[in-house]
Amino acid sequence: MYDVAAVRRDFPIFDNGLAYLDSANTSQRPRQVTGAMMEYFEKFNSNIHRAAYHIAEEATERYEGTREKVRAFINAASTKEIIYTRGTTEAINLVAYSWGRANVHPGDLIVLTIFDHHSNIVPWQILAHENGAHIEYVDIDERGELRMDQFRELLGRGPKLVAFSHVSNALGTINPIDDMVAQAKRAGATVLVDGAQGAPHHGVDVRALGCDFYAFSGHKMLGPTGVGVLYGRRELLERMPPFMGGGDMIKTVSTERTTYHDLPWKFEAGTQAIAEVIGLGAAVDYLNGLGMQNVRDHEREITEYAYEALSEVDGLTMFGPPPSRRAGVISFALEGIHPHDLATIADRDQVCVRAGHHCAMPLMTRLGVAATARASFYVYTQKDEVDRLVGSIKEAQRIFK
Amino acid sequence: MSSRPASADDQFYREYILDHYKNPRNFGRLEHADISHEENNPLCGDVVGMDFKVKDGVIEDVRFHGRGCAISQASASLLTERLKGLSLDDARKINKEDVLGELGIEISPARIKCALLSLKVLKVGAYGLAGDDEDEE
Repeated sequence: MYDVAAVRRDFPIFDNGLAYLDSANTSQRPRQVTGAMMEYFEKFNSNIHRAAYHIAEEATERYEGTREKVRAFINAASTKEIIYTRGTTEAINLVAYSWGRANVHPGDLIVLTIFDHHSNIVPWQILAHENGAHIEYVDIDERGELRMDQFRELLGRGPKLVAFSHVSNALGTINPIDDMVAQAKRAGATVLVDGAQGAPHHGVDVRALGCDFYAFSGHKMLGPTGVGVLYGRRELLERMPPFMGGGDMIKTVSTERTTYHDLPWKFEAGTQAIAEVIGLGAAVDYLNGLGMQNVRDHEREITEYAYEALSEVDGLTMFGPPPSRRAGVISFALEGIHPHDLATIADRDQVCVRAGHHCAMPLMTRLGVAATARASFYVYTQKDEVDRLVGSIKEAQRIFK
Repeated sequence: MSSRPASADDQFYREYILDHYKNPRNFGRLEHADISHEENNPLCGDVVGMDFKVKDGVIEDVRFHGRGCAISQASASLLTERLKGLSLDDARKINKEDVLGELGIEISPARIKCALLSLKVLKVGAYGLAGDDEDEE
């Protein structure tokens, strides 16, 4: 039996009665993660890959050890396919700058979706603008799910790249990514999956999925900010030019030319976020300890509970699919109350809830709203926090009556 | 479950702020406006625009439009009340302290841009001043 009270005890931030319903924005970190980072700072703080003394060996071992943990977590074929980045955004930019500039040409089609996060839209817009490619967006239906008929129609036009999110951060929609990747690959496209809201909550098996790239962030999976992962199929990564040049990504440098390091280090220029990578490793351990199936089940239970509770509130409209087809994210609007006002009122009840466009402005435009309020859940979320949100909503309705 | 006792006298959402939000003054558009300008807050999508009729250096009429939270919309409504009939010279002297003072509530750092959005419209639109973030922060 999943013991959420025991899980919460690992998260000191909950010691003072905080209700945190913004995990899709960033998750909290357990002591195990901060402890692993602190251990590095206090016991073997040093740079990796270059110093010939024992604390640097320890640091290098932990840094590279995380790579194997991440590889296993997403079932990649090799640690050479696990590139550390600053986060999902940098991971996608890496692909846009390195793969994109070498492979996307004038007239090429890039297919995205209307509810992608800005981080999976803007890098492609920049690329398309530079290279003369063009972008088409797959729309959503009334339930907030992608229109697969339109997706297939766009695939029929032979896109060079297809990029979409595993889970919509704004609506919580779980996309049928197995099917989408398979179709896009059959259409001959290179496929990138933005897994920022996917891997942390549902896990992922990149080999079974068959995508070319999968990107995700440490800070949305109990790890620290400043570290994320790009998974790329080795065959593609080998052929891609470097993203950033600098120390650690080279084999030899002369005044005329540079030979680049092997994978994955070819893409890791400069001193890396060592403590953060070590923290990410501890986060993967922590999630494995809970069991990803348990994480999924717990989130589903909380999501169903919250969906039920929110549907009983008068004047509240939820966006997106029913709980069976959504992740632990619920976006909603209140009649006559702006999301920011709700968030301010909730804040005074120590309830953290997101208000805004969730970095998905094309979606907000599509829905005809400027912003929504959003509650999102994770391993530590308990029903009491949902009840407190409902209390804050009713308080807001009383004030704005 | 609320940790804060419910109170009819709400410090943040005072009655007159809610009144300005629900019944905004000078709301709408002006045809043949001498000056029109609109600004948005990219963080939250709040929008405020203003139309001005100016004669002999005096703001004869002003209307605002937009959408957003109670703070941004009430702040715009309050500002238009103050601007009507004011000379441009006097309008130019309105600063962020005036706007925040008029709201009369404590604004958290996260909401300060909401409160000052209408002032930004006034400054950038009516005076052609470039948006000066330091000045508004």
